[in-house]
Amino acid sequence: MLKSVLIANRGEIACRVIRTARRLGLRTVAVYSEADRGALHVRMADEAVCIGPAAARESYLDGDKLLAVAKQHGCESIHPGYGFLSENADFARACESAGIVFIGPPASSIDRMGSKSEARRLMSAAGVPVLPGYDDDDQSDAKLLAATKTLRYPLLIKPTAGGGGKGMRIVRAAAEFAEALAGARREAAKSFGDDRVLLERFVEKGRHVEIQVFADAHGNAVHLHERDCSLQRRHQKVIEEAPAPGLNDTTRAAMGAAAVAAAMAVGYRGAGTVEFLFDGTEFYFLEMNTRLQVEHPVTEMITGLDLVEWQLRVASGERLPLDQAAIPRRGHAIEARLYAEDPERGFLPSTGRLSRLRFPAATQDVRVDAGVEEGDEVTVHYDPMIAKLIVWAPDRATAIERLQQALEATEVEGVRTNARFLWQILGAPVVRAGDVSTRLLETDPSLAPGVEAHEIHAAWLIAAAACLHSMPGDDLGHANHAASPWEAATGFRLNGPASVRVALRLDTNGAPASIAESQPLQHWLSFRREPEGLAVVLDGKPHRVTLRRPASDVLEGYVDGHPVRARVELDHDRLIVRRHCLRFDFVEDTGAEHRVSAEHEGHFRAPMPGHVLDVRVKVGQRVEQGAVLLVLEAMKMEHSLTAPWTANVIEVKVQKGQRVEEGTDLVRLEPVE
Amino acid sequence: MARTTPSPCASTCAHRKWRSRIACPCIYLVDSGGAFLPRQDDVFPDREHFGRIFYNQAQMSARGIPQLAVVMGSCTAGGAYVPAMCDESIIVREQGTIFLGGPPLVQAATGERVDAETLGGGDVHARQSGVVDYLADNDAHALWMARRLVSNLNRTGSKPPPAPARTPTYPAEELYGVVPRDTRHPYDVREVIARLVDASEFDEFKELYGTTLVCGFARIAGYPVGIVANNGILFSESAQKGAHFIELCNRRRVPLVFLQNITGFMVGRKYEAGGIARDGAKMVTAVACASVPKFTVIIGGSFGAGNYAMCGRAYGGRFLWTWPNSRISVMGGEQAATVLAIVKREGLQRRGEEWSQDDEQKFRDDIRGQYETQGHPTYASARLWDDGVIDPADTRNVLALALAAATCRPDEGETPFGIFRM
Repeated sequence: MLKSVLIANRGEIACRVIRTARRLGLRTVAVYSEADRGALHVRMADEAVCIGPAAARESYLDGDKLLAVAKQHGCESIHPGYGFLSENADFARACESAGIVFIGPPASSIDRMGSKSEARRLMSAAGVPVLPGYDDDDQSDAKLLAATKTLRYPLLIKPTAGGGGKGMRIVRAAAEFAEALAGARREAAKSFGDDRVLLERFVEKGRHVEIQVFADAHGNAVHLHERDCSLQRRHQKVIEEAPAPGLNDTTRAAMGAAAVAAAMAVGYRGAGTVEFLFDGTEFYFLEMNTRLQVEHPVTEMITGLDLVEWQLRVASGERLPLDQAAIPRRGHAIEARLYAEDPERGFLPSTGRLSRLRFPAATQDVRVDAGVEEGDEVTVHYDPMIAKLIVWAPDRATAIERLQQALEATEVEGVRTNARFLWQILGAPVVRAGDVSTRLLETDPSLAPGVEAHEIHAAWLIAAAACLHSMPGDDLGHANHAASPWEAATGFRLNGPASVRVALRLDTNGAPASIAESQPLQHWLSFRREPEGLAVVLDGKPHRVTLRRPASDVLEGYVDGHPVRARVELDHDRLIVRRHCLRFDFVEDTGAEHRVSAEHEGHFRAPMPGHVLDVRVKVGQRVEQGAVLLVLEAMKMEHSLTAPWTANVIEVKVQKGQRVEEGTDLVRLEPVE
Repeated sequence: MARTTPSPCASTCAHRKWRSRIACPCIYLVDSGGAFLPRQDDVFPDREHFGRIFYNQAQMSARGIPQLAVVMGSCTAGGAYVPAMCDESIIVREQGTIFLGGPPLVQAATGERVDAETLGGGDVHARQSGVVDYLADNDAHALWMARRLVSNLNRTGSKPPPAPARTPTYPAEELYGVVPRDTRHPYDVREVIARLVDASEFDEFKELYGTTLVCGFARIAGYPVGIVANNGILFSESAQKGAHFIELCNRRRVPLVFLQNITGFMVGRKYEAGGIARDGAKMVTAVACASVPKFTVIIGGSFGAGNYAMCGRAYGGRFLWTWPNSRISVMGGEQAATVLAIVKREGLQRRGEEWSQDDEQKFRDDIRGQYETQGHPTYASARLWDDGVIDPADTRNVLALALAAATCRPDEGETPFGIFRM
């Protein structure tokens, strides 16, 4: 077994590799860029070396530097993780010549699979089904156009180099072809330095099913079953699961055999993934990823195996630990990728400090692979993935439920995340039915990110109940008998029905757009106890709310007959309701409107006689609340005049150095809404 | 408050009286046009008229009873003194106004034309005059501010009860069936007590003596009380027992709850000779001088001297409520009609005049009608003879809140009783 490993990666995968390597007794050396100083993988490793500035090009992608560090620190091997240099044949070769074990396939395998057209040819030759397509070296427009005649539309233009969906174009009609080709070439050249493309028949409702393969240096290869990664957004996997729903055993076996054949055809070694496009009956080879995949834990959960351990064993020259027949497959596993991004703003990456990061407790069936901890930073420099949540259950339906629960138990503050979007996908009937395809997330309107009105409405009602539950002298809907009867929140009044009124405002600061834009954001809620719970009146309409508090921060029961469960937290004057991966912040509505008095009209006058020391604003300028407008000197003291609200400067009536009397008009502001 | 007419004026004074007894903070939500000029003689000159409002404000403030005003409408002339006399005051912007003379008066006096907001609006008083301390954006905001002010009063409020509350064994709603429709029908007042007190537990005092008055110890929402309840006409023995029990509670500092359903003290030669007036006086003296918190609920009739002995409005109780079936007057309508008819007939007979049966019947009907109208709980409550007509089923709750409220003011201790005529 190897004695040491340098992990040429960062984030969760670096942490993941360190865990197994340490368990197997390897010394671990982490590398980090200046942006990752103090990152989790740095803290976890036995040693950590800074390899350069934040830009990946100058750090995690700098092979020479990595090799130098490996030598310097006496590392026998390098684990590249995924991404960065993991599929870089030159780097693999450089490792070989430097006498350092590259934990991955031989450079030649990477080369062959790296070129899509060569891979297609090789696979065809090896008897692996491939999609009808054009992958000739002749890249002339005329030749490509001619190929479309036999391929039929719709078809796909893909860059020959690269992956991850970059540069891909779907063409549905001949008229679009020329423009799509030009676009694909441009993007391919930019992303991969290679503008060659190939054409493929486009399968309208295809599924992405991939086979995990493993090969050792002794000519053995096995597969560890399939994963279904059909739930994608712009070719980026969102949810991955194993086994693939509804896949029959014949196809499964055929796919497994084809994948093993593919690996053998390129003289593969180590962990790899053969991706297939599955149209429901037939499957076609898409590509082979010559590395450990992001979604490998799904396979680990159904097989009970540690794939990184297998990688390290194979790299150490050992034989594969198990024969094909001995590889287990039990139950169902599913993974969700938690990203720092805002689904409601076009999935724009969201950066910032993770002021709060809480995951569900890890169990045998719930696994969280995270590369960050509470307090860490999500930066613009790298992939904004926060963690992978993986759950296992005996069957698919239970696994989906558990993953939803795991997402609900996850709390991230400081950045926006796709947690709600993931939760929403997992709850969709089409997904529950297993009727998935790679374009589902982009084409099914019910899966568009957003919060439905009834969710917001339920949050208001839960907040109303929570108000009552948080009042002194109340727990189970009865007065606390040890307190003064005035403290019982019964809303008792003479000659009228008992009812408690609460004015709440939904604080939308940091809320997703669909909550922030919901109306109204203020409500008077009145509620009254009834034998069967609370009668809550919201917007003049009565609702029946029956909630109990099984734990101090949980309310569960029924709202208008629908079962609900929410986590409720009272943080100073803020009532936080968490439900279905949404967070609602309620504050007491004070009624304040922060209006500018009609009489005041935004005039700012000198509070006392003095000199104008400095004028900091100009007419027409926008000033933020609290900004210094000007500085006066009076009674040997400096007085700063600040903007009470964000405003536009309408007039500046004094100059620097001017003497002013008490009441002199200095500046006039107009508030900005 | 709209323009102050006799009733709001009395109302203000009456409410402050009990506030003063309870020592609760006063919060004035002010919208007053000042004195109602056409009836100035009813509201201005006398001791309990308009001026008394401000006298009371000053006195209460002096005694540490917080005075807070929320100006939500006009405070004109005298009304201006309500916020001005307060410890702290809030005004609603572009809605509340305060001025000694409103725009019409200003125009009449000086010819100056000025609108109400410019003359005495929120901005003027919050920024320039200093008459108010806080400027609110709207009514809801103003009430929120008022709650903040209360939270800054540095008062602990009511004390929790010494024992946990226990629900009565008998449900309060059964009171609707316990009390007969006709006040003349007798029923056992213990049926009422059982539906008011904790766990329906009542330790009766002198159960076998003076049985027309039920006295005993119980708890309401955990607070100990001594209950004095009518179970028929007051005789000498019942009055003596009542006086004894009241003295007992007063010594032990146990608050008293009177359940009033009394037609009066027994009359007749035998009883007068037996000194019923003397025994009635003992009970009245005891009630008048007991310094523990006293609470009265008129659950039936409240007639004659029985009203005094059972802590009627004049006897300094903290609160007095009535049930919708109650009646209050110096005597029953029927008795009054009979007494007055006898007196009138005797007068007519002395002058040798005739009084037809029909005329007498009409005379009696008028008297009965007058008593029925004036003795009705809504008539009574409208004149602030009580602190409200309550749903019998709410009585326990109301008493519990009142008992708790009474703990706000420190116990001043026992005070001497007047001479008991023995």
